[in-house]
Amino acid sequence: MNNDATTDERGPYLLRLEHVSKRFGGVQALDDISFNIRPGEVLCLAGENGCGKSTLIKTISGVHRPEPGAVMEWEGQDMTGLDPARARAMGIQVIWQDLALFPEMSVAENIAFERNLGARPRVVDAAAMRREAGAILERLGVSIPLDAPVRSLSIANRQLVAIARALVADARLVFMDEPTASLSQKETDALIAIVRRLSEQNIAVVFVSHRLAEVLEISSRVTVLRDGRYVGTYSTEGMTQARLTELMTGSSFDYAARPERTDRPAPILSVKNLTREGEYRDVSFDIAPGEVVGLTGRLGSGRTELALSLFGMTRPDAGEIIWQGRPLRLQSNRDAIRAGIAYVSEDRLSLGLVQPQSIADNTVVTVLDRLLGPGKLLSPKKKKRLVDDWIDRLRVKIGAAGDPVSTLSGGNQQRIVLAKWLATEPKLLILDSPTVGVDVGARAGIFAIVDQLAKDGLAILLISDEAPEVYFNADRILHMRDGRLIEEFIPARTTLDHVEEAIHA
Amino acid sequence: MKQILAQLLSGKPGPGAASVPAARENLALVAVLFGLVVLFSAISDRFLTGATFASIAYQLPELGLLTLAMLIPILSGGLNLAVTFSANISGLVLAWVLMWGGGADAGLTALIPAIILALVSGAVIGWVLGAVVAYTGAHPILASLAMMIFLRGLGEFLTRGGSVSGFPPEVTWLGQGNVMGIPVPLVIFALCVGIWALILTRTRLGFAIYQLGSNLEATRYSGINTRWALTMVYVLSGIMCAVAGIVMASRFNSVRVGHGEAYLLITVLACFLGRVDPFGGFGRVAPVILALVILQVIGSGLNLLGTNQHLATALWGGILISVMVMRFIWGRVAGRMR
Repeated sequence: MNNDATTDERGPYLLRLEHVSKRFGGVQALDDISFNIRPGEVLCLAGENGCGKSTLIKTISGVHRPEPGAVMEWEGQDMTGLDPARARAMGIQVIWQDLALFPEMSVAENIAFERNLGARPRVVDAAAMRREAGAILERLGVSIPLDAPVRSLSIANRQLVAIARALVADARLVFMDEPTASLSQKETDALIAIVRRLSEQNIAVVFVSHRLAEVLEISSRVTVLRDGRYVGTYSTEGMTQARLTELMTGSSFDYAARPERTDRPAPILSVKNLTREGEYRDVSFDIAPGEVVGLTGRLGSGRTELALSLFGMTRPDAGEIIWQGRPLRLQSNRDAIRAGIAYVSEDRLSLGLVQPQSIADNTVVTVLDRLLGPGKLLSPKKKKRLVDDWIDRLRVKIGAAGDPVSTLSGGNQQRIVLAKWLATEPKLLILDSPTVGVDVGARAGIFAIVDQLAKDGLAILLISDEAPEVYFNADRILHMRDGRLIEEFIPARTTLDHVEEAIHA
Repeated sequence: MKQILAQLLSGKPGPGAASVPAARENLALVAVLFGLVVLFSAISDRFLTGATFASIAYQLPELGLLTLAMLIPILSGGLNLAVTFSANISGLVLAWVLMWGGGADAGLTALIPAIILALVSGAVIGWVLGAVVAYTGAHPILASLAMMIFLRGLGEFLTRGGSVSGFPPEVTWLGQGNVMGIPVPLVIFALCVGIWALILTRTRLGFAIYQLGSNLEATRYSGINTRWALTMVYVLSGIMCAVAGIVMASRFNSVRVGHGEAYLLITVLACFLGRVDPFGGFGRVAPVILALVILQVIGSGLNLLGTNQHLATALWGGILISVMVMRFIWGRVAGRMR
């Protein structure tokens, strides 16, 4: 059974939930959820966007009332009819992703804020506040200047202030919503150490994160939700990222390297000794129709700069681009598009899509010439047909085609980006970090499209700094470092570990 | 803060929210217009007469044409502060060609080249301004401010601060005549409105203007020649200024640099009252025209009631402010109901 890790032998629960459901109008946000946690335990709440994680946290912290029939117990006592103030008094604290700090106030004021709230007499004792804040930060084993305004702190330090504020309020159960989303690896490691420390002090921590490696490292159990339903609670021992992804998305993914290609068609693009001062140097490679070539390397390796030159946005200083057997000189990206080269930017928010404009307009912006009707005027009918066709072909989930494209999820936005470029009927598609800000499940959907495009004969240059992404989706991997191509891997002939080691070496 | 300001100015319920459907936004303005007409008719029995409508019909086109000239730069995320002086310079070109062709006795042989050259002068002014904005990346407010100062200085130097007058009757007809009872300036204005709506909704350039108004770089990455499109924004604006200049010259039967200077800021406000996003990317022609009619009805109505002209101007400003505040509150209420 799923609940194999929840035997009662390890002591009483701090919090126990059974049959928790929540409806908002016609939407079933939570459907018969079970959830429990012991004092000092670190548990992870996993699931894709919209799976009900936030609703569950809000139910536990008293913001939402569950539907009748729910069992909610705090140290064995019934706690239904909870409100936010009582939840806080009991020691339930939520640190939302935006942290909800006061940027202009000092670290000490932010930490002691909760204590001061409603305290009598209604005066602020600055000395006591600093003392208290200092003691809490010491307990966390960190040092942050108490008088610094919060806006001057790094994101990681702001997070610590938020954690300290929760501790001041005598937290016994702390929810952390995506705490590592904007942290570097080093800062994440430091945060994980803090979480361990909280656990040692018998404070239970529920960690919400998209990063599966982190989830498995930090927590002892993981509770998985999908579409508002309870999937199960599992021990993280022996759990793999692949299995967790499967549980979160409900579909299994084919995690195998692509078989090595035996045929060798004539290349559609050959890059010869391409150089652009300060960006990349002496780069040579080629790519054939139907081939997926991965281009990886660390940030600043020159990957994106190379792609921008292939797309005509910048001009190389030396070297040649041979396109379908002939030298290609690109004056602008319009030349590249005309030749059949499309570029999906790594920066979907500011370069990939015109965010506030409609889904329909973003889909057709690259192919306006094909919408011309009588009198060289844009034909609304042709536009609608083209938009409907692409939304259908790429199975984009939208409300109305006239809605701003910013209303879509990351995965669906990326499908619109793909649609707008596929509409140009390219022969080479450059995908620059196509899964940034895209859910695990939606990633698989994007790569299924990429795979199909390659089968249809499109040449694809897949740029990514995530080694597994290129390893599992490309026929060949080019490794770039400091502006140079330093080696090539064939996934079918090597292991993922080998590729990862090479990149991080 | 910037977000609240944007909401105040544009009345959009905030980023990410679906834009108000075209029909509803026009309906609200029509309702305001209807209310004003009822109000003024109730106060004065001279309001609902042909004379009022004739005065509106002759005054509206000047402000209206200049507002059209302002609209497209705003949609592109910019502004053209040189609209009134561009109109003056084009008017001067018209006047000079007519003077050269015989002044009050000049015939069609002089009039047609005069009109064509006036339009070309507007286009050239716009092209220079547009090229500066598109190629140097200068801020449109600064670039057009510089152009405005240049044009004013040039015009005053060439006319020595005086006016050029004495046109043939064909020109006066353009500003004061009528076709089957409809004032000619109104016919010209209606034509220009139609052309503008067509350009914005049904041409590649119009499409590009909205996109680059929202995000220039993303539009460029999509393969649109944004430099060309941005240049054309100001060329179109310049041509429309020239049309306004011609109508103004023929209505007053003279051209003086500085004519219509007070219209400049009213054109900006008319655009915002017509729900054009001050940061570019959103806005339609029809609501802007409705907003113009509303402003004109208020002006004429107050004028009829014998109100001081300055008080009327103050009321325009007051109404615009209250509209913005009401939109903000409405946006909040609608947002909460959702």
